Amino acid sequence: MKKRILSVLLCLAMTVGILTGCSKGDNSGTQNSNETSNQESQSQSDSGGNQGASQQKGRVYYLSFKPESDRVWQDLAAQYTQETGVPVKVVTAASNTYEQTLMSEIANAEAPTLFQVNGPIGYESWKDYCADLKDTKLYSWLLDKDLAITGEDGGVYAIPYVVEGYGIIYNEAIMDKYFEMDGAKVADMDDIKNFATLKSVVEDMQAKKDKLGIKGVFASTSLTPGEDWRWQTHLANIPVYYEYTDKGITDTDALEFTYAKNFKNIFDLYLNNSITKPGLLGNKSVDDSMAEFALGQVAMVQNGNWAWSQIAGIEGNTVKEDDVGFLPIYTGVEGEENQGLCVGTENYFCINSKASKEDQEASIAFVEWLFSSPTGKRAVVNDLGMIAPFNTFADEEKPNDPLAREVLDDMEDEDTEVIPWYFTSFPSIRFKDNFGAALLEYAAGSKDWEDVTKQVVDDWAAEKAAVQ
Amino acid sequence: MEKTLKRYFLVFVAPTLIAFAFAFIVPFVMGIYLSFCKFKTITDAQFIGFQNYVRIFGDSDFLNALWFTVRFSVLSILTINVFAFLLALALTRKIKGTNLFRTVFFMPNLIGGIVLGYIWQQIINAVLLQYETTLVANAAYGFWGLVLIMNWQMIGYMMIIYIAGLQNVPSDVLEAAQIDGANGWQTLIRVKLPLVMPSITICLFLTVSNSFKLFDQNLALTAGAPGKRTAMLALDIYNTFYGRSGYEGVGQAKAVLFFIIVAIIALTQLAATRRREVEA
Repeated sequence: MKKRILSVLLCLAMTVGILTGCSKGDNSGTQNSNETSNQESQSQSDSGGNQGASQQKGRVYYLSFKPESDRVWQDLAAQYTQETGVPVKVVTAASNTYEQTLMSEIANAEAPTLFQVNGPIGYESWKDYCADLKDTKLYSWLLDKDLAITGEDGGVYAIPYVVEGYGIIYNEAIMDKYFEMDGAKVADMDDIKNFATLKSVVEDMQAKKDKLGIKGVFASTSLTPGEDWRWQTHLANIPVYYEYTDKGITDTDALEFTYAKNFKNIFDLYLNNSITKPGLLGNKSVDDSMAEFALGQVAMVQNGNWAWSQIAGIEGNTVKEDDVGFLPIYTGVEGEENQGLCVGTENYFCINSKASKEDQEASIAFVEWLFSSPTGKRAVVNDLGMIAPFNTFADEEKPNDPLAREVLDDMEDEDTEVIPWYFTSFPSIRFKDNFGAALLEYAAGSKDWEDVTKQVVDDWAAEKAAVQ
Repeated sequence: MEKTLKRYFLVFVAPTLIAFAFAFIVPFVMGIYLSFCKFKTITDAQFIGFQNYVRIFGDSDFLNALWFTVRFSVLSILTINVFAFLLALALTRKIKGTNLFRTVFFMPNLIGGIVLGYIWQQIINAVLLQYETTLVANAAYGFWGLVLIMNWQMIGYMMIIYIAGLQNVPSDVLEAAQIDGANGWQTLIRVKLPLVMPSITICLFLTVSNSFKLFDQNLALTAGAPGKRTAMLALDIYNTFYGRSGYEGVGQAKAVLFFIIVAIIALTQLAATRRREVEA
């Protein structure tokens, strides 16, 4: 009897194994969908009867890119459906799986009608699916028309909907503590105007870290594959910007990486004055770094204004809103005193040209609602914290979190030279991944800096050639 | 009876056949066709001939992954089968709690590959922390980590199969061997091994195909890092298909090539071990 029970148990266990094995394919992403059913919305609009929605309603299916703002998008979708009766479905791809998700979703009968590309390179691979948006109101609202992506025929195929900026985020409270100490290298944050000063301050702070009550000046240089975009994309933008500027270009088939040593300057500073030993960085994620900053364990971290919600949302957060500031990423280039933050966009809306006419129009209407109606604008500014590059936003409708404010200040200040996001011209994801892997090996001490630069140059040329 | 069976043959077979066709044969044929196409999504494929197959060898990713997979497979096939057989031998002796031990050793097999990969990633990283390094710092760590996980997971399953084989060795043959004066070692090599050959065939087949097709554990443990040096074939195919714009067809071609390689190896192995099977 005992044996029988055991064998039954074993059998059960095996079946469970088989069943879980089968479902494995689905757990690749945390996809949350929220589709308000058509009928329900129909009845709501009949009773509400506002906005005068037409008889021929399309549907909207937005494939969203940012898991952290999924909830906001779901709420927005429900709100829009309530107001207009047009069903809106929002699905969020799990982090780092946007391209995969889009690829499989767009092949479906119920394909996304609204999706996004990350710039010219992303547009290149999705151009067959992008509808012309030249005649939309959305395009007419765009403050800087050059930001949109145009095709060879002059059509407008992708419109940026958010402007973001990044630099070195610092904790003013910790900095002030340092400035008050004897022998501080400078007296004020404003005195840090170039790499040499930054370096001396950082190294001095690292030496006095126990007195300052921190575990390191910089948060972990997260180099786990998939978590290394702050370096292989964002930081790499700066040397590429200076090289492009020298040559007067905005894209190239052959990068020389002339400012490689400047990249190394700041990257070494990050590695050597960090909370984490360089050998252990392959195990750190962006979330880890932001948590270290939020908990006051470090004084600085390189990230963008989108990180504010992350900092504010971490439990036990000790950083006050007034204490957060932005420093441009200085790398030791001549004349960098006027350098500002890196400001640009990597989020462009596209309308699926293979969707039905009604669906396309419904999707455009949804986006226009988002950036012009009071409800939509409030959500964009307050909940998503986005700096939207459209003229429909009045001055008092700009986001007011500390980091976004600094980005706006930098953009408006005529003396500072804002660095555009040239990394949208980086050849491919593969290039970035390889670069990140090389940086990881460099940090671990198993690769020379010469090999890293050589790999970047070679990979750039190879990938630019392969994509065409 | 025979006639009735024949008459209802279609009724009984058709549901399975249809399911099999939809879930396996149709995608398989489509996959082969797509490997000759340039496409972004599978609905807008455009025939381009053998170009995808040529482009596989445009960079060294595929060959590196193949070499890594071969090294990994050889090592893990050997270790898994040796350890599983030794465990089976130990647990077919009359010691207390064999059933408990069998269950315990079988348990790891019930955990999904992704979960297993992440758990082991934590464990290995915790150990490597002492040496101020991480799993992705050196390709060798990833290699041994994979071998370790694979062993931990597969040994229990293979052990069960070997136990079944060993229990089927007739006791009269063993007694005869004992009377003839064979010692333990001789009994094992000359009597037991030839008689459990069918189990060995099955276990080898399972380990060969599972090692070659390994994906979840590879993805969860290292995701190919550092660089792509611990990426196995299945992961490389996945990365090519999804990770590189314009390489969807190449990924598909790699998958077809992968199928052919695994089929050849598995069939050769089956034929080779089958020939050694004997009847008691």
